[in-house]
Amino acid sequence: MKYKSQAVAKLYFIAAIALFLGQIIFGLIMGLQYVVGDFLFPAIPFNVARMVHTNLLIVWLLFGFMGASYYLIPEETETELFSPKLAIITFWVFLAAGVLTILGYLLVPYAALAKMTGNDLLNTMGREFLEQPLPTKVGIVLVALSWLFNITMTMLKGRKTAISLVLTLGMLGLAVFFLFSFYDPVNLVKDKFYWWWVVHLWVEGVWELILGAMLAFVLIKVTGVDREVVEKWLYVIITMTLVTGIIGTGHHYYWIGAPAYWQWWGSIFSALEPIPFFMMTVFAFNMVNKRRREHPNKAATLWALGTSVMAFLGAGLWGFLHTLAPINYYAHGTQLTAAHGHLAFYGAYALVVLTMISYAMPILRGRAANPERAQIMEMWAFWLMTVSMFFITLFLTGAGIVQIWLQRLSSTPMSFMAVQDQISIFYWAREGAGIVFLIGLTLYIRSFFVKGESKAFE
Amino acid sequence: MSATFTKSMARNVFYGGGLFFFLLFIALTFDTMQALPKRDNSQNITPAVAHGKKLWEVNNCIGCHTLLGEGAYFAPELGNVYPRRGPDFIKAWIKGQPTGAPGRRQMPQFNLSDADIDDVIAFLKYASEINTNKWPPNIEG
Repeated sequence: MKYKSQAVAKLYFIAAIALFLGQIIFGLIMGLQYVVGDFLFPAIPFNVARMVHTNLLIVWLLFGFMGASYYLIPEETETELFSPKLAIITFWVFLAAGVLTILGYLLVPYAALAKMTGNDLLNTMGREFLEQPLPTKVGIVLVALSWLFNITMTMLKGRKTAISLVLTLGMLGLAVFFLFSFYDPVNLVKDKFYWWWVVHLWVEGVWELILGAMLAFVLIKVTGVDREVVEKWLYVIITMTLVTGIIGTGHHYYWIGAPAYWQWWGSIFSALEPIPFFMMTVFAFNMVNKRRREHPNKAATLWALGTSVMAFLGAGLWGFLHTLAPINYYAHGTQLTAAHGHLAFYGAYALVVLTMISYAMPILRGRAANPERAQIMEMWAFWLMTVSMFFITLFLTGAGIVQIWLQRLSSTPMSFMAVQDQISIFYWAREGAGIVFLIGLTLYIRSFFVKGESKAFE
Repeated sequence: MSATFTKSMARNVFYGGGLFFFLLFIALTFDTMQALPKRDNSQNITPAVAHGKKLWEVNNCIGCHTLLGEGAYFAPELGNVYPRRGPDFIKAWIKGQPTGAPGRRQMPQFNLSDADIDDVIAFLKYASEINTNKWPPNIEG
């Protein structure tokens, strides 16, 4: 690596992968509970498993984003990190907070956890994805601010590239919009309305800036295409992201008590949300086709291309599938939402973090690329995880369509639980695909330990 | 992309476009907040409803159920459970958990007092009277 301080990224990447493994194990537990309802009950009720599954996802992605920025910012700004020490302290604080929170979910009844952690002072808990106790939420804010501070100070003393500006802007948005998680009014409509300011404006807004910046960085590195070209693409893509995605928040406001005009705003703008993802796909393939060098890290290029395609499918296509208000009227809150959620998070965010790890980790370990055999194993892991996640999505889509048919469209609608029995075959198939995913992930982790002749720097 | 469209033009379009649509979003939000009192049933928020919402949250009900279509998809929609089942059924149901039926999905026992359960029901009644543009499509949720 070019700058000594980039080394802090390694810690973050290792933690990200470990928590990713935990996320998948809890995903498999939940998947089984869908069909064997009393599995692990009452030790780990479904709601606890789900909290662990989704919170681990958020935390490992944040570790990934942070690690990625500590790696790429020194290279972009051509200067050492402002404070590697602060980055290391932040790492341990965040890891401790994350692990304690997960243990809290698993070991203490949620209501007792709320009482212990001061939820009576300021109630913020018990809302989807924002289940964290108050001290954890405060911790997340502090960690995000420390990260933002470190990166901004580094940028101020070095070269200011579009990639680093966009990344920093994304982080700033992440920190600012998370503040809405502290607002939990009794009025359920307002609660839901501003809850989306965290959830939607993160994943369909500012996180996409971070995603775009990370992808652009890796593409410059592995293709050697001129920075001017890559950064122009980056700006155009994220312009479309914000133009479509901000008002696109409206697709969550159809049925929660907000005025009916959101059905128009939400439908029109969110129907355009696939555009930036499609542009990202075109961009990634274009850059790789126009490459000026053959980077020895073939696996990183595969992850990068995979990100662009799977993000388009998961976030773009599967989002579009149920975003128009007349369709969403029937699809809202069914397994179709779960299908979209899985492929979108995997395709856009899990894959971009894995892309960055794939590119940076060999360099952090002192070589340009991993040995051939390690790369082949890593590419197998890519295909196993990606194809199995695609199948998880297909099975959940099947479940969702049948659910909508039996429970909502039929002239003699069946009850929720009766429908769940009817679609259990899809849940079994999904669990099978989940096991393949776990095999892929295990292979991925093993690929770090494959020995052989590694590619030295040119 | 053509050479006449430079990177700095792209950057300006990004900042301009992002800012414009964010301001538009703020304006729509402002209008929504003005319109809400006619739709959000907030005139019926009593201390019991407020306490019911808190109990809903600290027992992580959203971890299995949906409420107005949002949440987990493991257990039934509860935005309209009040008209679907009525208060007596809901109370008996919460008290009777877990069923222990082998292989069936299990709801935990939350050890709520009768007064607490009444407040949860008050919250669910309030939620069911929010104007949701006629969602869900039928009583099954």
